[in-house]
Amino acid sequence: MPKHGSRPPPVKSTADALSAMALALLAIYPRQVMAEALRPYEVVGDAIPESLTGVRGDPARGRAIVVDRQKGLCLLCHAGPFPEQRFQGNLAPDLTGAGTRWSEGQLRLKIVDSRRLNPATIMPPYYNMDGLVRVGRNWQDKPVLSAEQVEDVVAFLTTLTETP
Amino acid sequence: MNRVLKGFAQAAWFGGALSLAIPLALAESPLPERKSGFEFMSPESQATQQDDFSNPGMLWVAEGEALWNAKAGATGRSCAGCHGDAAVSMKGVAARYPVFFAESGRPIDLQSRINVCRKTNQDATPFPLESRELLALSAFLGKQSRGMPITTGEDKRLEPFRARGQELYEQRQGQLNFSCANCHDGNWGRKLASSVIPQSHPTGYPLYRLEWQSMGSLQRRLRNCMVGVRAEPYPYGSQEYVDLELFLMTRARGMPLETPAVRP
Ligand code: HEC
Ligand code: HEC
Repeated sequence: MPKHGSRPPPVKSTADALSAMALALLAIYPRQVMAEALRPYEVVGDAIPESLTGVRGDPARGRAIVVDRQKGLCLLCHAGPFPEQRFQGNLAPDLTGAGTRWSEGQLRLKIVDSRRLNPATIMPPYYNMDGLVRVGRNWQDKPVLSAEQVEDVVAFLTTLTETP
Repeated sequence: MNRVLKGFAQAAWFGGALSLAIPLALAESPLPERKSGFEFMSPESQATQQDDFSNPGMLWVAEGEALWNAKAGATGRSCAGCHGDAAVSMKGVAARYPVFFAESGRPIDLQSRINVCRKTNQDATPFPLESRELLALSAFLGKQSRGMPITTGEDKRLEPFRARGQELYEQRQGQLNFSCANCHDGNWGRKLASSVIPQSHPTGYPLYRLEWQSMGSLQRRLRNCMVGVRAEPYPYGSQEYVDLELFLMTRARGMPLETPAVRP
């Protein structure tokens, strides 16, 4: 790079401006900057046959996500075979036996985006952000669950084979 | 047994307003039957609301009465100095808010209307929204209409704002993608984890919420519901909240006002 003699080096001021901008962006959209891109998936009929991550999830972690009121939020609406959980909702079908009623791929699509199956559903889309409106600052450009978490939940649901 | 007792307690509480409420109820709402949030509460919480000595909201009412009578601002006038006895001059007022406010060409809610008087007639600094003072004055005014049927929405100029409020009510929002209607029209009476979803009739505001351990306005309630579905709440005082309040109050027309109510 040529030397600029008496002229103040432009590099410094540009760098300052850039870092100020980055800070402002971080302050306003902390999640947006750090959000990971959603992985592509293919819907076949009423199912997503392939794992979002390429591997099978962990059912024990999946159960923990399902009963967690900040993560899965499932028990806000659903009840299920969770005897230790005191408050279970009744806005949605009981999850008992879900693994016998639905295939793994069908369960995956229900979690990823139930709107694909029932446009009027109240079940939140857990891994699809199309058409969402006024998403809160802390949740912007972020799916409710990560791809790994979706796979853990799906793996757990397939184990729900007891008859209701 | 509970149903009978509850019905009896309410009839006694709401007095004559109940007979007025029923025919209007059929005319105004898409809901098969309208129920106040009161009806979804435990008998203990109902009793707390109904007994003025145990209802914590009455503390705000008493504070509001003191503010009503206190001289304020550069003019040194009190609310009572202009309006006299609130039991007479303010009877029925809270039951018709939000009203159309000609000066701004939009609806205004009770809290903001109180602040207009503070500014223009008392020449005093307006109270911040959700401040203890403003909640106290609103609770005191609300109490003057307790048991009276809600009459909001008669002014034809309110219609576009009511319609906008309804649009907001029906719009899905937030990361969890819920509309107000999804819960309050489609799933009232069901359980969202431990909470029974009410029909969202704003019959008791401002009210004492046990979870807040405090009095709060209807806007605070709406904010809570928006945050719950991971939506970005509007700033306090925004037109969106006033339009929603107007829609909800019009939808509750004919139901008796309960201020100061108690909710879980
Ligand atoms: C806000 C409500 C809500 C939440 C939260 C919710 N669901 Fe659902 N879910 C529903 C509704 C309603 C249905 C019924 C079908 C429909 O309307 O799409 C459903 C259907 C299902 C079904 C099919 C049930 C059957 O056997 O017919 C499964 C499985 C399921 N949900 C799993 C989950 C899991 C796992 C979570 C959390 C990660 C979850 N849901 C969160 C509302 C919800
Ligand atoms: C996911 C469900 C859900 C959504 C969506 C929702 N609410 Fe609520 N709302 C509730 C629940 C549950 C309560 C009762 C809370 C309690 O009493 O613990 C409530 C309470 C209320 C009340 C208080 C009623 C009373 O008796 O005091 C009003 C008013 C209200 N909601 C309006 C709204 C509006 C307007 C929206 C949309 C901006 C909305 N809600 C969105 C679940 C919801």
